[in-house]
Amino acid sequence: MEWEAAALVLSARPFGEGSAIVHLFTEEHGRCAGLARGGASRRQASLWQPGNLALVHWRARLADQLGQVTGELVHPAAVTILDAPLSLAMLSSVLAVADATLPEREAYPALFLDTVRLVALIAARADDPPMALLVAWELALLGEIGFGLDLGACAVTGSTSDLRFVSPKTGRAVSEDAAGVWRDRLLRLPAFLRDPDAPSGPEDWRDGLDLTAHFLSREALGQRHVGLPAARLRLRERIGAMISA
Amino acid sequence: MVALGGSDIERLIAMLSRLPGLGPRSARRAALYLLREPQTRLAPLSRAMDSAARSVRTCSTCGTLDTTDPCTICADPERDRGLVCVVETVGDLWALERAGIHRGVYQVLGGTLSALAGMGPDDLNTAPLFARIKAGGVREVILALAATVEGATTAHWLQERLAPTGVAVSRVGHGVPMGGALDVLDDGTLAAALTARRPA
Repeated sequence: MEWEAAALVLSARPFGEGSAIVHLFTEEHGRCAGLARGGASRRQASLWQPGNLALVHWRARLADQLGQVTGELVHPAAVTILDAPLSLAMLSSVLAVADATLPEREAYPALFLDTVRLVALIAARADDPPMALLVAWELALLGEIGFGLDLGACAVTGSTSDLRFVSPKTGRAVSEDAAGVWRDRLLRLPAFLRDPDAPSGPEDWRDGLDLTAHFLSREALGQRHVGLPAARLRLRERIGAMISA
Repeated sequence: MVALGGSDIERLIAMLSRLPGLGPRSARRAALYLLREPQTRLAPLSRAMDSAARSVRTCSTCGTLDTTDPCTICADPERDRGLVCVVETVGDLWALERAGIHRGVYQVLGGTLSALAGMGPDDLNTAPLFARIKAGGVREVILALAATVEGATTAHWLQERLAPTGVAVSRVGHGVPMGGALDVLDDGTLAAALTARRPA
């Protein structure tokens, strides 16, 4: 069995002396792993850097085997932002969350395209990192893997205006009026998630990251008793530090 | 497996085959080479390994491997203690020492921040670095970490923690290696070189 496809490198870890086990995200084959012979060597190490888009050839005798991968670099995203701390933290977070939450070998074509687009934007906009888009991507990921939030109308009144909170239990929006005395127990819904054109700043990003972190932890990762990836926690920490500064 | 003349020989081959660069076949060749002249080849090697196992330790100051603590570099009065070069592994330190261009001291982190490798901030050997800075005399910290996502993430993390100390922090350059013709460089290195370009 073999296939060739454009793939986003999610992670790569050394295996043996010079090889690497790489996790890839493709449009047709979803998240899949493969052994890259010589993948940790001087010649290939830059190819399998997380965030890179590569044209990958995957081959195995049987479909359920790990498989061997070879690749050719299409777009080196990571290397362009090595000196931009926030962009690098965002890239690491996106890849770690995708790697940790997506089931293996299940196709999510729309999410793949969104992810490639987001990674390209992160790499291109180091001076204006697309944080709001990252939060929106995490919401889209939750929806794709079956834990979508209902942010269209208030869970209490049915109103579609003035939605400011999200119920941590149901994942449904709650309006300002309906929040009442429970507002401190609800998650904040940042304006940019209601209106994509709304301006956003570090405090909105923090609210958005806390919102998605709650559902990623509980729904996507909690079932497997694993926590949020370290890269995602560091991104949240970085935004918190931006607010305190 | 075919018996190769006794369990000691098989164990020697098995141990050698675990070394980097050696597989079972090359381990057999190495074992045979050593055993042909045991007194001049095997016994000195065995003594050297035994001696290294007993005497080599980790330097409590910089984290490198040496037979003394503090290590030869940390104890060298000619070294500039105000200039600390932070590297990921002892192998990186040896590479810089081979080049002979760094006349300061080192700090070996023992890894980079990596969820896959199970390395978090607490696993990095940074405490002696901050202790040295607190004790005074450190002017500059050079971050000589790999040009990878994990290396850069660690560098940013460390840079932020060093900022309140007031010590100057610099990073090694990334890009075209000496003698590297552009047409044979990989795309990642070329992209790094172009991204890190500077006025001529």
